Amino acid sequence: MARRSHVQTTLNGETVEFLCEPRQSLLEVLRDELHLTGAKEGCNNGNCGACSVILDGRLVNSCLVLGVETEGKSVETIEGVADPDKLHPIQDAFLENAALQCGICTPGFIMSAKALLDENPNPTEHEVRYWLAGNLCRCTGYDKIVRAVLDAAAAE
Amino acid sequence: MLENKEYKVIGTRPIRHDGVDKVTGRALYGADFQAAGLLHGRVLRSPHAHAHIISIDTSRAEALPGVKGVVTAKDLPNPGDKIADLGEGAVNLKHLCDNILASDKVLYKGHAVAAVAATNPHIAEEACTLIDVEYEVLPPVLEVRQAMESDAPILHDTIRTTSLGETGDEPSNVASHIQHKLGDPEKGFAEADVIIEREFVTGTVHQGYIEPHNATAHYNADGQLTIWCSTQGAFTVREQVAEILQYPISKIKVVPMEIGGGFGGKISVYIKPVAALLAKKTGKPVKVLMNRADVFEGTGPTPASYIRVKMGATKAGKLTAAQAYLAFEAGAYPGSPVGPGAMCIFAPYNIENVIIDGYDVVVNKPKTAPYRAPGAPNAAFGSETVVDEIAEKLGIDPLEIRLLNAAKEGDRRADGPVHPRIGCIETVEAAKAHPHYTAPNGKKHHGRGVASGYWFNIGLESSVTINVNSDGTINLIEGSTDIGGTRASIAMQAAEVLGIPAESVNPSVVDTNSVGYTAVTGGSRTTYATGYAAYEAAQDVKQQMIARAAKLWEVDAANVQFADGEFSSINGKEEQISFRDLCARLGETGGPIVGSGTVNPGGAGGAYATHVVDVVVDEETGKVDILRYTAVQDAGKAIHPSYVEGQIQGGAVQGIGWALNEEYIYNAEGEMTNASFLDYRMPTCLDLPMIDAVIVEVPNPGHPYGVRGVGEVPIVPPMAAIANAIYDAIGIRMTELPMSPDRLLKAMGKI
Amino acid sequence: MQDFSYIAAKTIPEAVALLDEKGESARILAGGTDLIVQVREARRDVDWMIDIKSIPEVNVLDYNAATGLTLGAAVECYKIYADDAICDAYPSLIDATKIIGGTAIQGRAGVGGNLCNASPAADGIPPLIVLNASCVIAGPNGEREVPAEDFCTAPGQTVLAKGEMLVSMKIPVPASNSSSYYLRFIPRNEMDIAVVGAGAAVTLDAAQETIISARIALAAVAPTPLFAEEASALLAGQEVSDEAINAAAAAAQAIARPISDMRGTAEQRTHLVGVLTRRALNGAIQRVREAT
Repeated sequence: MARRSHVQTTLNGETVEFLCEPRQSLLEVLRDELHLTGAKEGCNNGNCGACSVILDGRLVNSCLVLGVETEGKSVETIEGVADPDKLHPIQDAFLENAALQCGICTPGFIMSAKALLDENPNPTEHEVRYWLAGNLCRCTGYDKIVRAVLDAAAAE
Repeated sequence: MLENKEYKVIGTRPIRHDGVDKVTGRALYGADFQAAGLLHGRVLRSPHAHAHIISIDTSRAEALPGVKGVVTAKDLPNPGDKIADLGEGAVNLKHLCDNILASDKVLYKGHAVAAVAATNPHIAEEACTLIDVEYEVLPPVLEVRQAMESDAPILHDTIRTTSLGETGDEPSNVASHIQHKLGDPEKGFAEADVIIEREFVTGTVHQGYIEPHNATAHYNADGQLTIWCSTQGAFTVREQVAEILQYPISKIKVVPMEIGGGFGGKISVYIKPVAALLAKKTGKPVKVLMNRADVFEGTGPTPASYIRVKMGATKAGKLTAAQAYLAFEAGAYPGSPVGPGAMCIFAPYNIENVIIDGYDVVVNKPKTAPYRAPGAPNAAFGSETVVDEIAEKLGIDPLEIRLLNAAKEGDRRADGPVHPRIGCIETVEAAKAHPHYTAPNGKKHHGRGVASGYWFNIGLESSVTINVNSDGTINLIEGSTDIGGTRASIAMQAAEVLGIPAESVNPSVVDTNSVGYTAVTGGSRTTYATGYAAYEAAQDVKQQMIARAAKLWEVDAANVQFADGEFSSINGKEEQISFRDLCARLGETGGPIVGSGTVNPGGAGGAYATHVVDVVVDEETGKVDILRYTAVQDAGKAIHPSYVEGQIQGGAVQGIGWALNEEYIYNAEGEMTNASFLDYRMPTCLDLPMIDAVIVEVPNPGHPYGVRGVGEVPIVPPMAAIANAIYDAIGIRMTELPMSPDRLLKAMGKI
Repeated sequence: MQDFSYIAAKTIPEAVALLDEKGESARILAGGTDLIVQVREARRDVDWMIDIKSIPEVNVLDYNAATGLTLGAAVECYKIYADDAICDAYPSLIDATKIIGGTAIQGRAGVGGNLCNASPAADGIPPLIVLNASCVIAGPNGEREVPAEDFCTAPGQTVLAKGEMLVSMKIPVPASNSSSYYLRFIPRNEMDIAVVGAGAAVTLDAAQETIISARIALAAVAPTPLFAEEASALLAGQEVSDEAINAAAAAAQAIARPISDMRGTAEQRTHLVGVLTRRALNGAIQRVREAT
């Protein structure tokens, strides 16, 4: 077995160190080694977006990043989005709009929406739909999710 | 009759109680469960669609460092010929067990054969490749009509067709034939001026929940088995595991974690008994996760079907007779939803003469499982397309012909039951009055279609306990797993009774040791039945609180009334105390108050929906885009309208996926070639417009607030509505699902 | 997932030496959106993953109106379409980078990886072909260049020999009165693999009435993305007309050798080659005309 590598990365603003096998994805590292289970495995091949995180400012599927690749990088996960006493406007908008049903895709959608609004604070409905197309939701039909993201953009 | 009245809490849109946990990533789903010393399990699955298992040699896998245990069907108790009763009808226990781990035969690619527990999931996966299974490969049967042929390969030597009470002599793939008959169909067709008969084919589709199945099991030294998992029903998991492992339910505790979608697909157990076997063998907690391919290949989709529908009408548009032939693929073991399909197919109409034949047929595909109004969407695709064609032939508006024939209270469904108060007419009228229906739609290759749908809904058992807190809040303990906001819709019903805000209720979904028996979150029953139980539990609390107020004021309880959150004394003493203030005085008036409610209500009330859709067809590529979508539905009473809209929108979109692109694609060997979210093409948000959900409220007399289940019926109309819209756009009747681009190109004669 | 070792190479010579030493058991890791899935699903056997993302040369994204574009092998899609000058010069490349996977995939995946993955259905390759891209390859014996249309040799196979790696793609400066267009057909609007893809680049005369030259390339209709050489040649010197475009589309259809699979049937694909070639050509012509 390949030796476990020591990796140091910035996770939600804090420096963290972990050991991982090269074959462990960032998603596995987050969930199994660091016990941050907000990122979910829906497909493990980049087609559902449930594992979305932000890596060095860029939205990625954490199932398609190796844990060892994050050495020296910065990772943002759903656990780092809210302030201790205040939700992020996107989170508020999801609650206000009832933009979740089972909730399994919700962390991924929120990370994806955050990456969108960080880059484009005033997206059109089409831009929201294009950006979020890599995030599958099977419960909502997306209507309320798209409205929540548009509302969050308006609120910010 | 129950009035559609205004309430204080019901009909408002509070933030759901589990919302913050779910938007911050804190909510714990099945796969998020962690335990010290946890082992990871992995299931080996059959590469063949149909084969005898000659031998299984696990020795190389067991020798791999890190492997702690391997199990096969030999580790399951021998089921013999026992019939298991799981509360929802009899199930052949051997079929149930063989679907968990195949004993003598594999019946679909992906059929579980063995499982490994190891120190990490990668080792478990590698160990699976070291299990040597010798198969004798048999020809697969992959399509229902082929399976019904007399010379088709037989899946089960033991299955004899039961047909209208008779059992056949020869082994057959046709497990059963059912028939419903009303009136005199021959006479009805003779009275018709126009008769349309068409045949339809629908593909196998999956619920497509985003969270794969998962289970973690642990055996304590005292024999206590605990299973943490995602499920639509903790109690049904307990029952199924108890039957499969032949283990007493008192020794099994099922802890429902948050569940990432189910739609019917997380009722049957698959890996939960496997995790339990591995936990027993290793003495450690074992977590078994499916990957996405496992979910597609190893869990129950909803069936492919072959359907013939014949309907007749007079020139005036009165439907005089209807006939349906429904042949459904059950998958590897009997039990397709052909029964519900037969119950629902003509239910939007009052037709005096009806005959429906249904066939439950085994094929070499995964054993089918419920999926949102199971059976009804397949059936409605046929009937609602034929109704559209009749309307066109007669020059009658398609919603008008539905109104002319709409089912109403007192009419009899073909399978027997008489409709209670229903909202069929009201949904059609609302669709007709909607601006969408009258908006201009004259562009080339643009089309508009409509269709209606019905689902009967179910009641079943639910239990709720309420603990009253001293600060005026209540803790509501329930057994219904929350897949789409039911903590809120159940809590709101208790809040309404007690005159407190929804936020003053703390709902908890708890394990099987901690609440009374509660049936699955399914059948559109949770807000209806568990909400009903919450109503009863809150009534119990109210009565006990009245007694406390009476004690406090030294009056007779009959002289205490409760309204708008205030207890007051009538007939004499002028006393008043709020619910909140009285909660603070429970200690001095006799101690804690616990209220409970258990129900098994019979009046679920059927739900109707009518959808209107606009499409554009690319004539060169065969691609259909949805331009506008309006879904009207009778909710009885919408407790939390946002989540009712959510059910309507989500169901409609699953129907859109079913209509346009979703299907299991098989090669000749019976291998599914698109077992991924890449190639099993569920709609993305870029494929859709906003879905306009219109709630109609025709209160259900079978519920104290008039609630009807809303979860399932929205998936019934979309396929036919879209087919009818495609016809409107290009003049071609599509009779096969999905109506994918290649099928449209073929139908248009382009390829 | 199989066990493997991971090395982050810092220089091209280091990466080349590793590739040369490890041979078939090594694989370059750039965006990883194909490779990680292939290894996870046991579709590719890899003992060594050599991460090249720290190597400066593979991260170059340099457009110069005099010399053209140098596109490093590891440059992610999102960086390409974020550059306005590149969007103006090579619109077909932009068309492709915006539809490779979803947003999250585009944050990792690049055109270089798309090329080296050598999928017949790769969206990134037809634009490289129609834009006359040259692939710069480093190896134990130094650098060499290969035209984009010759880079893929079979599904998943390329001209890269033992020890060789793709460093960058060079795309020449577009001629005046030229533009390009790429589109694919998929059943959904995003996230699918192309059923058929078609790219076209056209150069018109100053009056924008006559086609001076054209290049057409196809995806998902043969074991590799195809340069439709004859179809392209048919257009040279032709006036812009439906007849000329239809003739080119028919010639493109003639070289398509599609298979039937879960993404589409052979008949459907052959039909779509005609439709998409027409749309790509018309799209490119329209872009030339709109630009002025």
